[in-house]
Amino acid sequence: MSGMAVQPVLLWSDALLFVLIGVIVALVLWARRQDALRAAWARVAQNGVAMAAATVLGVFVLIGLLDSLHYRARLESPAGATARYAVEVNSALDALLADLRLRTEKTYSAPLATHLFAREALENSTQREFPRLQYGGAHLGENLSGRGLDIAVRVLRGVGGGLVVWLLLMLLARRIKVGAGGTAVRAVAVTLLPILLLFGVAISLSGGYHVFGTDKVGQDVLYLSLKAIRTGLLIGTLTTLVMLPAALLLGILAGYVGGWVDDLIQYVYTTLSSIPGVLLIAAAVLMMQVVIDTHPDWFATSAERADARLLALCLILGMTSWTGVARLLRGETLKLRELEFVQAAQAFGVGPFAIMRRHILPNLMHIVLISLVMDFSGLVLAEAVLSYVGVGVDPTTISFGTMINTARMELAREPMVWWSLLAAFSFMFALVLAANLFADAVRDAFDPRSSA
Amino acid sequence: MILSVKDLTIHIGAARPVEGVSFDIAPGECFALLGESGCGKSMTALGIMRLLPLAAQVAGGAVEFEGNDLLALPESGMRDVRGGGIGMIFQEPATSLNPVLTVGSQIVEALQLHAGLQGAAARTRAAELLDQVGIPDPRRRLDEYPFQLSGGLRQRVMIAIALAGSPRLLIADEPTTALDVTIQAQVLDLLDDLRRKQEMALLLITHDLGVVARMADRVGVMYAGQLVEVAPRRAFFAHPAHPYSVRLFAALPDAERRGGRLATIPGSVPAADVRHAGCRFVERCSEVMPVCRSAPPPWREVDAGPLGQRVRCFLPGAAPGVAPTVGAGETPLAFESKPLLDVTGLQVHFPIRRGILQRVVGAVRAVDGMSLQLMPGRTLALVGESGCGKTTAGKAMLQLLRPTAGSVLLDGVELTTRSTGELRPLRAKMQMVFQDPFASLNPRLRIGDIIAEGMQALGTGAKSGGDMAARVGTLLEQVGLRADMTGRYPHEFSGGQRQRIAIARALAVNPQLLICDEPTSALDVSVQAQILNLLSDLQSELKLAYLFITHNIAVVDYLAHDVAVMYLGRVVERGSADEVLRHARHPYTKALLAAVPRIDGLGKAVVKLSGDMPSPANPPAGCHFHPRCPLADEACRRSYPAERLFGATHAVRCIKA
Repeated sequence: MSGMAVQPVLLWSDALLFVLIGVIVALVLWARRQDALRAAWARVAQNGVAMAAATVLGVFVLIGLLDSLHYRARLESPAGATARYAVEVNSALDALLADLRLRTEKTYSAPLATHLFAREALENSTQREFPRLQYGGAHLGENLSGRGLDIAVRVLRGVGGGLVVWLLLMLLARRIKVGAGGTAVRAVAVTLLPILLLFGVAISLSGGYHVFGTDKVGQDVLYLSLKAIRTGLLIGTLTTLVMLPAALLLGILAGYVGGWVDDLIQYVYTTLSSIPGVLLIAAAVLMMQVVIDTHPDWFATSAERADARLLALCLILGMTSWTGVARLLRGETLKLRELEFVQAAQAFGVGPFAIMRRHILPNLMHIVLISLVMDFSGLVLAEAVLSYVGVGVDPTTISFGTMINTARMELAREPMVWWSLLAAFSFMFALVLAANLFADAVRDAFDPRSSA
Repeated sequence: MILSVKDLTIHIGAARPVEGVSFDIAPGECFALLGESGCGKSMTALGIMRLLPLAAQVAGGAVEFEGNDLLALPESGMRDVRGGGIGMIFQEPATSLNPVLTVGSQIVEALQLHAGLQGAAARTRAAELLDQVGIPDPRRRLDEYPFQLSGGLRQRVMIAIALAGSPRLLIADEPTTALDVTIQAQVLDLLDDLRRKQEMALLLITHDLGVVARMADRVGVMYAGQLVEVAPRRAFFAHPAHPYSVRLFAALPDAERRGGRLATIPGSVPAADVRHAGCRFVERCSEVMPVCRSAPPPWREVDAGPLGQRVRCFLPGAAPGVAPTVGAGETPLAFESKPLLDVTGLQVHFPIRRGILQRVVGAVRAVDGMSLQLMPGRTLALVGESGCGKTTAGKAMLQLLRPTAGSVLLDGVELTTRSTGELRPLRAKMQMVFQDPFASLNPRLRIGDIIAEGMQALGTGAKSGGDMAARVGTLLEQVGLRADMTGRYPHEFSGGQRQRIAIARALAVNPQLLICDEPTSALDVSVQAQILNLLSDLQSELKLAYLFITHNIAVVDYLAHDVAVMYLGRVVERGSADEVLRHARHPYTKALLAAVPRIDGLGKAVVKLSGDMPSPANPPAGCHFHPRCPLADEACRRSYPAERLFGATHAVRCIKA
């Protein structure tokens, strides 16, 4: 017996995501030792809405992280032979949701349905009927009259299960005496309750049904929505990471230094923003696509190829979306440059880069934070638009964009297929709303003027 | 009584910015509400007009205007009162006019609403109003936009708009605080004139005792949301009765207190959400008695009669005066061999660019050939109206702005030819204290970091972090703060405390020269006294030289050894403080001194200036001052006068002097 049961796979985007998480953890550890920062975060913790939003965000991030632990399963092979691994790359989330992933139907079915959504000619009948689903409601057998009761029982069971888990968590929290004051714990507890109830109900129902129905090729929409979370988080965070340094550097330089530097930077971003963004992105993505397609040897699996395309998209979105933030930052820097504390620093002979770092940058952070969160939701949406034009993520990558894009055709059907749009919309809404609320609270807490 | 306010109380959440304020105003009378910032005087005015911010509400009391209870009127009725019965003008003429509408349309709007005039009739009336407020060529001005007018003219337009509805009461909220003294004198004259001619009552809100002395019939002193003293002007200025009033007078700088210390009021105004069991002034009062802490003081008549002096204090009789600390007077001239700062022919021109190619078509001559010397350990005041180039000159001396021409010698070393890197070692010798303590401290840095910045940048401070922290602590104590405040952020401090921090920051690198750009103009009188005391203590301790840029003549009189008066980018008169302030020779200096409202209420033999300062982009030919000068003749229009010496130090640029 040689080799492990699974072969871990580290995609580039996984690596970047873990680096990001590592940086955040390091920042948190560092901030814990800074009194001022700790006080500011304590103010965030005292804000009930912020902590509720943080809880929701935490759940999303947890799902995204689970979905970033990739592996290739070991194939059955005779003992003694070198281990061989499957071509398919799965994630920890896939393993957890194996039931949902593998129970595919033939085509569309409505949420909690027992039959397909389209009529088909059955084998021993001349009539076109709605065929029974292979998995959805299969446990009911022929007697479909028990479906309502079955669903009610499963919902109750789910609620009960959620409640029990919540109570256990609360007991645990009381046992280990979570500090940080009452507000934070209470807000997290209050938010966790509905989340756990929803989880309970979803788990309980998905044992026998497709909670959000199935899509055109019969995939469970709940599974698709959960998988799309990672793509959304990646596009929102990695793009910002690409964009932010350029926007900060160029925006502040243009505003502070002025003169020909300002002219040059302004020229670059006016030119860049006067080219239609979608066109520029489409061209860049197509170029990248050609590069990827001509070098199949670069990628061991199709997952790696899809991942490279996702990263390329982040990079390209980042290169085209720094202009707006840079313009905002330039304007604000122009204002700050004239303030007396900057002149006081000049009177001490402090160098221009030190002034930009110590005096300009910290006073821009609220703008940076706000525009980042605004951009986060905008980027998730931009991905949908690009998928619509066909230059978005790889078709094999599940994302809110591809879900919304397919919903375009589904809504035109008669009768309408509404559930994949609804699922994508609800998940995206929760994600973006939580991010917005949290960022608001953070900004308020870090603004020394508003905390007086 | 045209206006009668009874027990007006305003709440903002838990805060009580106005509590139990009562006063009456008779037709044609000028009642002044006097108080420091945050005492509730503006809030009282807004409460009368029912223009309070959303969070604030009138919690009790009554406001009767011509027999109507304003607080009971419906909003539509209130709109007729605003502008029609009661006019209001605000502090900042730059923001109280709509920048995208012409002056005429803004006056006509008020005329349509309150006088029912339309079309040509409204326009004619608008021109009359502009004429009435003393704006020359009113017909042409009607079609101009606010940005084309100077601050003084804008404030006149505001007054014209307020007059459009023929109000019986005008509320003027700090109407001249943003204006220069010569313009202030013009606007105050205008208000006084209008009041007498139109029998209009005036509620004047101000922090300036000089303005009160010039304008008011009666005075109400506000402190922490309450009136603490109401008195006729004469009685108030002759014998203020409340301890707070007494201290306000004692805190005023003037020539008699020269070299001595100003009386300050310890502590600060209590926050508006503090509940008071006794007197509100108790923590800062030197005459405090046990009863002051337990019960609110009752109103007491100092002087019987309907218009008598009343005071809210337990002290029998008037509060004892604060003995003026008569200063040591002039410190003897220390004849140093060479000046610390020697400026010759300094010019700062800002190019005006026009057209697509941005060709230079002219220059704003902000500073146009000024020369001055500052001896070590002495104070030179640079005096002038706003826009005369004094701040620009200060920054050019520090090389924060590169001068166009001229030479600046600091301790014999030429600064103008040095590169930024070569200047750095010299930066420790000269530092600046800025005007606005709210803009001069980075809100994101802690106090300790702000003060340590200069030491880090110039490497003058201690080498180790511990030494640096110790030095910051010492500096904080030197400026009257506590060493343990280093971890706080600027917003946790009051204006006066922030200015102390700014001074500590400048002192951190052991400078010999401190350029103070209006360091007290944003501060209240009692706080100003603290800062001025601090500055003079530091001067005697550290032998600092100050270049004191200011428009406040009283501060100059108290503090300066030498004075230079600037007009349109040039020094028109310079000499010792005594020479310039007592024996002024230049007509501009004389007019400037005469325009300062005096608290003894005696106007000097008046040399009133008409008009505004010309634009430095296009200065008049010959003597720059001739268009406003009462003595000007043909010779003045021909060439700029050369400097004439009167005695060893007194130099004047005027052929008539």
